[in-house]
Amino acid sequence: MLKTAAALAAVLALAAPGAAQAQQEAPPPPHQEWSFDGVFGTYNEATLQRGFQVYQQVCSACHPVKHLYFRDLEKIGYTADEVKGIASKYTVTDGPNKAGQMFKRPARPSDHIPGPFPNDEAARAANNGGLPPDLSMITLARDGGPDYVYAIVGLGFTKPPAGFVPVPGTYYNKYFAGNHIKMPPPLQPGEVKFDGTPATVPQMAHDVAAFLNWAAEPNLDERHRMGFKVVLFLVVAVIVFYAAKRKIWSRIPH
Amino acid sequence: MAAPPTEAHSAAGTAAAGHGRLTRWIDFRLPFVASLEQHITGYPTPINLSYWWNFGSLAGIMLLIMMATGIFLAMFYTPDTSLAFDSVQRIMRDVNYGWLIRDIHMNGASAFFLIVYIHLFRGLYYGSYKYPRELLWILGVVILILMIATAFMGYVLPWGQMSLWGATVITSLFSAIPLVGHGITTLLWGGYGVGNPTLHRFFSLHYLLPFVIVAVIGLHLIALHQHGSNNPLGIDKRGPQDTIPFHPYYTIKDMFGLMVFLLLFSIVVFYLPNFLANPDNSIPANHLQTPAHIVPEWYLLPFYAILRSITFSFLGIPAKLLGVIAAFGAMVILFFVPWLDTSPVRSARFRPVYKWVYWLLPISLIALGWVGAHEPKGIVVTIGQIATFYFYFHFLILLPVLGKLERPRPLPISIAAAVLGSRAPVGGAAEGH
Repeated sequence: MLKTAAALAAVLALAAPGAAQAQQEAPPPPHQEWSFDGVFGTYNEATLQRGFQVYQQVCSACHPVKHLYFRDLEKIGYTADEVKGIASKYTVTDGPNKAGQMFKRPARPSDHIPGPFPNDEAARAANNGGLPPDLSMITLARDGGPDYVYAIVGLGFTKPPAGFVPVPGTYYNKYFAGNHIKMPPPLQPGEVKFDGTPATVPQMAHDVAAFLNWAAEPNLDERHRMGFKVVLFLVVAVIVFYAAKRKIWSRIPH
Repeated sequence: MAAPPTEAHSAAGTAAAGHGRLTRWIDFRLPFVASLEQHITGYPTPINLSYWWNFGSLAGIMLLIMMATGIFLAMFYTPDTSLAFDSVQRIMRDVNYGWLIRDIHMNGASAFFLIVYIHLFRGLYYGSYKYPRELLWILGVVILILMIATAFMGYVLPWGQMSLWGATVITSLFSAIPLVGHGITTLLWGGYGVGNPTLHRFFSLHYLLPFVIVAVIGLHLIALHQHGSNNPLGIDKRGPQDTIPFHPYYTIKDMFGLMVFLLLFSIVVFYLPNFLANPDNSIPANHLQTPAHIVPEWYLLPFYAILRSITFSFLGIPAKLLGVIAAFGAMVILFFVPWLDTSPVRSARFRPVYKWVYWLLPISLIALGWVGAHEPKGIVVTIGQIATFYFYFHFLILLPVLGKLERPRPLPISIAAAVLGSRAPVGGAAEGH
């Protein structure tokens, strides 16, 4: 019934222009410099590892990264032993064992990184009715990608403009659609201990956005590398085939 | 009818003559070499085909690329609403080169439509649909409609938000049809809403339809080879001096075009794979949350804009039904183009007025594409309505009337004469015949 009603609503929305208005538009997130931009762009392992720290120590309190396995962390420069160590600090449910019982055990590199909540309902119950979205595809799932993530956590929590009507249980965020976000400002200066790099809010926001871009597109480095070879090959092919075409057509008047 | 030729007789008389005994033996039973010679190596093709004629073979190659990548995707994809989204992520992350295969398939759909739209507009400009190529054109329109159905169902498979809600909106359109509409929607859904049965049948049909397209392309090619390609002058071949063999002249020209295409396509696949992707489709389908803007892929935006432009009921027909008729009518009207265009001259080169007004059609469609991508309010609706009006005006009024009123420029006496001028060989060709 709900489905039919929703379908009907969608059809009505498109049949009656102006009837259904979207939420208030937020300004587009300002563009940041990313190491993975451009033809030769690659991920920076130190950045991604710091970003993982930010995710692990801050974001993971509410947000899962459900498409990531612990073993994936080897691709951002952790050794196999380090990954084992990271995984072993998590507990996952396995089973059933021979007695038919589910049991808990430390996570292994082959396990998905467990999320903070057993299900969406638990997540809503713990978050004032809001569902913290999965972050493993967030840079693909929002216009602006990593710029959006950076803008939300690094820039958006400013003083609301005059005339802004606050909604209880929400915070003002300049870059969030509708400007009312249920997430409290997540990053505080010095919240995460980095090796040497000062953990400023812009630094943490940048690193976590880069990490989440990697989480969404872990094959970007390989894609860029292979693309360069393929494009180079095809440039040569275009020249060769053009010359061949010229040569063959020179046999006849045309 | 004469008696069928005997093997001894035919061996000397068919195209396989001059080949070895094995080839003659095979060709007598299955005209393989003879067909190759008739349809490729010796196929007489106008000497003056421009690069606009590359897009037909390019479309065929694109279909093969789509089928090849699709077959591999289907080995890893799971058409179950609880698994579909994650299975696509598994392809992107853990299947060897899965990301590459999927990025090719996803962007290949857009490339395929771009190629086919150029192919179609080339036909419209040079009057390729006119006598005696009406059925060739009609088969092309059939292919386009099959492509639209295939692409639409393919877009549902990743089971993201736009998959679900796009499917919901489009399938719901059928419910506007009086009497049978709700029956059709229920049949499409396999239930009372877009759900697991819908995803399963869309996957099945998405796998089936490309093979149907292959069959219709076969007919399209048979019809093409009956009278041969049209050409930029739009005049018939008068003799061997007007033609060259397809191979090697157009095989190499098509290969060169293919390389240029692959270069551009690779840049998109490797450096901008998500440029055309809607971010909402990276969010798993959710029946309880409607996306703020439901938009189809770019290649369907004009039809979507026409659908939404009908905001009024007319003659007691409700706006929704009228919109559905207008949107589907925009495809159906293409079937009638050979008879709507009354001009005896094919190529727009010799039609001083059509040559200019032709461009209003692509302009109106680009406008409709823009309208389809934006929220239907204010000026957007007005532009959409003007463009929709023009789209129908172009086909229903302009083409028939212009053909009668316009005075075409004189046609050249032959392709060779026009292309080669004084260099034209007199009374015979040097090549191929």
